[in-house]
Amino acid sequence: MNLYAVRAIYTFEMARAWRTLLQSVVSPVISTSLYFVVFGAAIGTRIAEIEGVSYGAFLVPGLIMLMLLTQSVSNASFGIFFPKFTGTIYELLSAPVSYFEIVVGYVGAAATKSLVLGLIILATAGFFVPLSVAHPFWMLLFLVLTAVTFSLLGFIIGIWADGFEKLQLVPLLVITPLTFLGGSFYSIDMLPPFWQAVTLFNPVLYLVSGFRWSFYGISDVSVGASLFMILLFLGICLAVVSWIFKTGYRLKP
Amino acid sequence: MTSNIEAPLRRAEREPERTVVPPVVVVENLSKTYASGFHALKNIDLEIRRGEIFALLGPNGAGKTTLISIICGLVNASEGRVLADGFDIVSDYREARSRIGLVPQELTNEAFETVWATVSFSRGLFGKPPDPEHIERVLKSLTLWDKRNNKLITLSGGMKRRVLIAKALSHEPKILFLDEPTAGVDVELRREMWEVVRRLRDSGVTIILTTHYIEEAEEMADRIGVINHGEIILVEEKRELMRKLGSKQLTLHLRHPLETVPERLAGYRLELAAGGKELIYHYDANLVGDHDEGGDEASGIAALLSDLDAAGIRFKDLHTKQSSLEEIFVSLVRERR
Repeated sequence: MNLYAVRAIYTFEMARAWRTLLQSVVSPVISTSLYFVVFGAAIGTRIAEIEGVSYGAFLVPGLIMLMLLTQSVSNASFGIFFPKFTGTIYELLSAPVSYFEIVVGYVGAAATKSLVLGLIILATAGFFVPLSVAHPFWMLLFLVLTAVTFSLLGFIIGIWADGFEKLQLVPLLVITPLTFLGGSFYSIDMLPPFWQAVTLFNPVLYLVSGFRWSFYGISDVSVGASLFMILLFLGICLAVVSWIFKTGYRLKP
Repeated sequence: MTSNIEAPLRRAEREPERTVVPPVVVVENLSKTYASGFHALKNIDLEIRRGEIFALLGPNGAGKTTLISIICGLVNASEGRVLADGFDIVSDYREARSRIGLVPQELTNEAFETVWATVSFSRGLFGKPPDPEHIERVLKSLTLWDKRNNKLITLSGGMKRRVLIAKALSHEPKILFLDEPTAGVDVELRREMWEVVRRLRDSGVTIILTTHYIEEAEEMADRIGVINHGEIILVEEKRELMRKLGSKQLTLHLRHPLETVPERLAGYRLELAAGGKELIYHYDANLVGDHDEGGDEASGIAALLSDLDAAGIRFKDLHTKQSSLEEIFVSLVRERR
């Protein structure tokens, strides 16, 4: 294994995040704080507790998940798209690195960034609402699995995209709507029966539900189902990435 | 001082050495057809000798970059195989690629990175442990040391080209591919680049370069390969190529203009130019050897001058011109059309 290469890619990507600290960390923290102010403080005071949890506290796992998904996808997609766009990908393709090592470098860096961000948002949330984490191990496991899975998805989008428009297309048209409709801001019990059934087809629901369970022990679907869904999604992403490298799709003519 | 006897003996001692050293790059029956159906390379066979500067010449779209891209791993071959320093570029890609450095044609770089960071990144990517002393040596040899903390976006085109060379040299490759290394570089910088390339060759690196500047190949290459329409037309020692294919011409500036070439000179390939003020004699450079070997006799210059004298044709000046590599290249490509 070319560990020097993995380290080079990883540190290079992390250095990019450090260079763009303002947009990497500060802006997601500010937007999450705004969510707390608007949904938690302004609207939340008029919403009753949900299964014994105040609405402000109920929001925290959903908001962290929202940021985790969007940041993982955007970090990883940009990380691999940018060398394609500038042409510097030639170096990656001509280097003695395996595809696995390339993925570990890029996805590892993107996942690290979103994990750190998730923890920062968690700490920020502590300023707004009283927090408790019932199952810390599961909380971290869900955090890591989600960050890795959606960084893989971002990596795939970055390879697939042949322009900046496409790079934004999936996050804007797929990820954000699914997250908003996946129980980030509400429990599906609050929906009419028809929409409850529809929501069960939204994969993000399982991630948010499992993650919220790790905080408060309450969930929309069983924890086992949440874990199964995220592992299934991880498997699908790994299969697609492996196919991309096997065929050289959008990388090698 | 070397005596006349010693020199051939030394050459003979060296000859067997050259023949036993295996080529550093072997290309066998290599073909590439793109998804569009474009047949970019057709059954290429090529061997690059260890330690030489090999220039690959060809018009736009001839297949130069495709050939380099396949060897370096950027493009998949449709057929055939390539060995780099004895390692298959597909099955032994780690070994093969760690020996290769590539300087691409386009000035691609991470605009917001510093020179030091981007060159160090390349070394790590190619599986080498950090070695600041080596990076320092490379940057100094390319006069980039003063710019090491500059962001790439602030550098001139020539400097960016040097950074690409530094990146390619960061992992100490044995084989260096330079795809149009001096494209868009001013004359002074181009000469500096040539000096850098020569120094690299002297340090044992095999250089394969593609170029549009025939002057570049003429100046630097040990051997030349010409590629056109995806086929290697020829591979030849540069000197041999110029000797074989180069034609020479002798121009005599006459004291008195001629209307026609006199009958007694009809045996020579002569033509009149500049309104009869110049008499041009074409002859084959191939026939020109050392004076001792009677080269001038074979080319007929002495006989021509004697016949001119006998015919009472006087001249005030003369000059000779040998066809350049560019002219040879153009005629080769035309022949194949």
